[in-house]
Amino acid sequence: MPDLLIELFSEEIPARMQARAAEDLKQRVTNGLVEAGLTYAGAAAFSTPRRLTLALEGLLAHSPTLKEERKGPKVGAPEKAIEGFLRGAGLTRDQLEERDTPKGAIYFATLTKPGRPAAEIVAEVLEDTIRNFPWPKSMRWGAGTLRWVRPLHSILCILSDEGGASVVPLDVEGIVAGDTTRGHRFMAPAAFTVSSFESYAAQLKRAHVILSAEERADHIWSEATNMAFAAGLEVVEDKGLLAEVAGLVEWPVVLMGEIGADFLNLPPEVLQTSMKEHQKFFSVRDPKTGRIVRFITVANRETADNGKTILAGNQKVLSARLSDAKFFWENDLRVAQREGLGAWTDRLAHVTFHNKLGSQKARIARIALLARELAPKVGSDADLAAQAAEVAKADLSSEMVYEFPELQGLMGRYYAEAAGLPAEVAQACQEHYSPLGPSDDVPTAPVSVTVALADKLDTLTGFWAIDEKPTGSKDPFALRRAALGVIRLVLENGVRLPLLPIFEAGMVNQTVDADRTDYVDTATDLLTFFHDRLKVYLRDEGLRHDVIDACLAMPGNDDLLLLVTRARALTEVLATDEGENLLQGFKRANNILTQAEEKDGVEYAFGADPKFAETDSERALFTALDTAEAAIAPAMAVENFPAAMAAMAALRGPIDAFFEDVQINAENQVLRRNRLNLLYQIRKVCAQVADLTRIGG
Amino acid sequence: MTEKPTPPRSFQEIILRLQTYWASRGCAMLQPYDMEVGAGTFHPGTTLRSLGTKAWAAAYVQPSRRPTDGRYGENPNRLQHYYQYQVLIKPSPPDLQDLYLGSLEAIGIDMEMHDIRFVEDDWESPTLGAWGLGWEVWCDGMEVSQFTYFQQVGGHDCHPVSGELTYGLERLAMYVLGIDHVMDMPFNDPQAPIALTYGDVFRQTEQEYSRWNFDVANTEMLLKHFEEAEAECESILSQEAMDPKTGKRIIMAHPAYDQCIKASHLFNLLDARGVISVTERQAYIGRVRALAKKCADAFVQTAAGGFEAA
Repeated sequence: MPDLLIELFSEEIPARMQARAAEDLKQRVTNGLVEAGLTYAGAAAFSTPRRLTLALEGLLAHSPTLKEERKGPKVGAPEKAIEGFLRGAGLTRDQLEERDTPKGAIYFATLTKPGRPAAEIVAEVLEDTIRNFPWPKSMRWGAGTLRWVRPLHSILCILSDEGGASVVPLDVEGIVAGDTTRGHRFMAPAAFTVSSFESYAAQLKRAHVILSAEERADHIWSEATNMAFAAGLEVVEDKGLLAEVAGLVEWPVVLMGEIGADFLNLPPEVLQTSMKEHQKFFSVRDPKTGRIVRFITVANRETADNGKTILAGNQKVLSARLSDAKFFWENDLRVAQREGLGAWTDRLAHVTFHNKLGSQKARIARIALLARELAPKVGSDADLAAQAAEVAKADLSSEMVYEFPELQGLMGRYYAEAAGLPAEVAQACQEHYSPLGPSDDVPTAPVSVTVALADKLDTLTGFWAIDEKPTGSKDPFALRRAALGVIRLVLENGVRLPLLPIFEAGMVNQTVDADRTDYVDTATDLLTFFHDRLKVYLRDEGLRHDVIDACLAMPGNDDLLLLVTRARALTEVLATDEGENLLQGFKRANNILTQAEEKDGVEYAFGADPKFAETDSERALFTALDTAEAAIAPAMAVENFPAAMAAMAALRGPIDAFFEDVQINAENQVLRRNRLNLLYQIRKVCAQVADLTRIGG
Repeated sequence: MTEKPTPPRSFQEIILRLQTYWASRGCAMLQPYDMEVGAGTFHPGTTLRSLGTKAWAAAYVQPSRRPTDGRYGENPNRLQHYYQYQVLIKPSPPDLQDLYLGSLEAIGIDMEMHDIRFVEDDWESPTLGAWGLGWEVWCDGMEVSQFTYFQQVGGHDCHPVSGELTYGLERLAMYVLGIDHVMDMPFNDPQAPIALTYGDVFRQTEQEYSRWNFDVANTEMLLKHFEEAEAECESILSQEAMDPKTGKRIIMAHPAYDQCIKASHLFNLLDARGVISVTERQAYIGRVRALAKKCADAFVQTAAGGFEAA
């Protein structure tokens, strides 16, 4: 059985697309082959900046012969019908078979689809793959119409077995498949012939190309860490950068360089960001001081001077970059120290946040107002919270953040410190954007929590007020993330915060429409959005959808902490036998009651009277309901859900016994009505805790 | 390997070598366009000639102006007026990368000693309604050129595709010559009887224009000029193709495009004066783009744009 080797050789493929493209090549080709009947034993895909490679082992040399049976007309059917059938099947009369069936004798035809040689199928599948490749962005070049990520130069496509290798005949818009490729662009540019995957990989290595991205990344990382270790230093880990750099080189050569003494006092994050974003350098840290003191760059070639010239060039570029960063840092510090952060906030009056929601400065004023209001609920100092909100976005006017937007917040902290602001305020500048995603930490410092909440709530109420809500996969203003942020801030910090009044006031404060003061429906809609986000969030925690629904139906559902506390208590009680059986008992009671109410057209809401109780279990239920009610009401009043739920679960025994011994629909109408009223008691007592009707199962 | 060229000694020698190199590779040596532009791409030799079906190969130096980048001649790397070297070949030849690398050798970059990389960088010009895919080319970690395969210009799909190379000449030259501050760079031969540095030629103008761009330019006048350029562009393009005087079909794509260039530069000046808000910014860019698109529409109706009378 032959092996198949494919290499698509092009101009430099963007690093971020390589791994996915290798995987897509594998998927599409193997799917196509298997669909055509060509199975294989193993497949591996590789990528470098200039090539996508696929190696298949143990491919069938031919696709299997396929037989297809077709049912034709009845024997003795009109001649025309039989001729038509023969034409369609491409057969003659003597090739048909007569078969007796329950419906009489019928003609059957057996069509044989002969197997095809692998080369033919490979050529078709590969051409189709190339023409329909799912690049995130593709282009045309020259005068042709073919699309690829960058110009495609050559196709290597061979089938090989013990007898040798043969080229799969294929021509895609003038690019004729062959059995040659090239090595490293500069170190080994000559073409060479390939006869198998083994010879391909080995020759590539001699030609200064490491085929496997993983191997290149491993090589870079081990060289880098060794170099740093030898100098008593450590490399700052960055998996994303490592993958990217491994996609920029075919022959990685790791070099370590110095950062000029002038720049060592820059904040480490600035050094790191500047080096990573602009130069794709790794940062090297002194573990004793925590400072970034050197950099690691990865070149794509060896040189006679062991990389000296390359390193000197890189160092020079870095110095120019860091001079800029240093210039920004010093200018910013001067502004922060002399004028304070207020000067920057004032400048945000000219920066539009959203054309319907006003300037950044107007937004900051709203956030500060809200922060002051939220402070007592979060347990932070209102003045500090408002002060923090007023300066938290000041750094957006700084030169450093203009250059490196990803440093927003962090620079705010440095500048707030430089301006002599309280530590809590500086901390809030950095933390108020958090949490940025599901895995990002939630701030815990009260002032930070307050500003973080105010920031996100203002964003949400603003976009709801102008009806710019997320739809489907479109969420350009990251409103889902903001809502999840509020949810996590509130739950993880135990903040009691009824949201509806905040939503309504927030929407009015946006002053989108001066005449409008009624936002009740819009606020309710935003709350529904929150509830949906909350369900997603709690599902990950293992809380069931229907349990949450049972709690959402209760009053105070705009207080997320209350809601979740209730849902957790209910989940816990339902996990016990008592709880599960109580639920069944409740449902039975509720069903009987509902049916009776529908049938009789009345509501059985009069108090049941114990004097009509006939049996002990009936009397016992009366007592149990009184006991439960006496325990549940005070527990609910202090929001002690576990106690309330335990009291409710204690009804399980009496309810079970009641159903065991008593027939609800008694002949005696007085008894029947009294028992139905008793069931109503059960419904009422349980309904204080949660809406159990919404729970499934 | 071919014999390695000697290192160049001045800014102008690098320009001259690029000229010689690309001339020897068959490019027409155009001269700079005689209007203020933000980048070499605005030269009609690139913008308009990348449209339509006719083959084209040209190279030129283009003085470019970015008013917001002015630093009074004090920043070692930033200038409001600088030079770009621009090459445009249509259709893009299959060996364009090798041709480009040859040009680096020609200006004294030894491929055996340096690390050259093609790093993804997709190009887009919102004002020209244009985009393409390509790279920024790195030499030892420094961006020395933009390399782009044009896919769309003025809203038109490019067919055939042009390959565009743009060299930031000052930065490239500073690197090759080992200069840290642009103003210290030798402009002509440092051994010449009258040796001039880049600063001798441009320091004063950087100061003068920085002051004018940032603080003095009359914004009312600039706004008026912008509107006038826009109106003139539209008016030119609204004329009948048939010239009543000569009786010939003369579509005035180039004069219209001049007005588009003008509007674009006036917008840049207004931007530097800080009188354009973030929201307005998009609107202005949209207006210039609308002009660029109309000019492109007109150009493809001309002979140079590949139009053939039925």
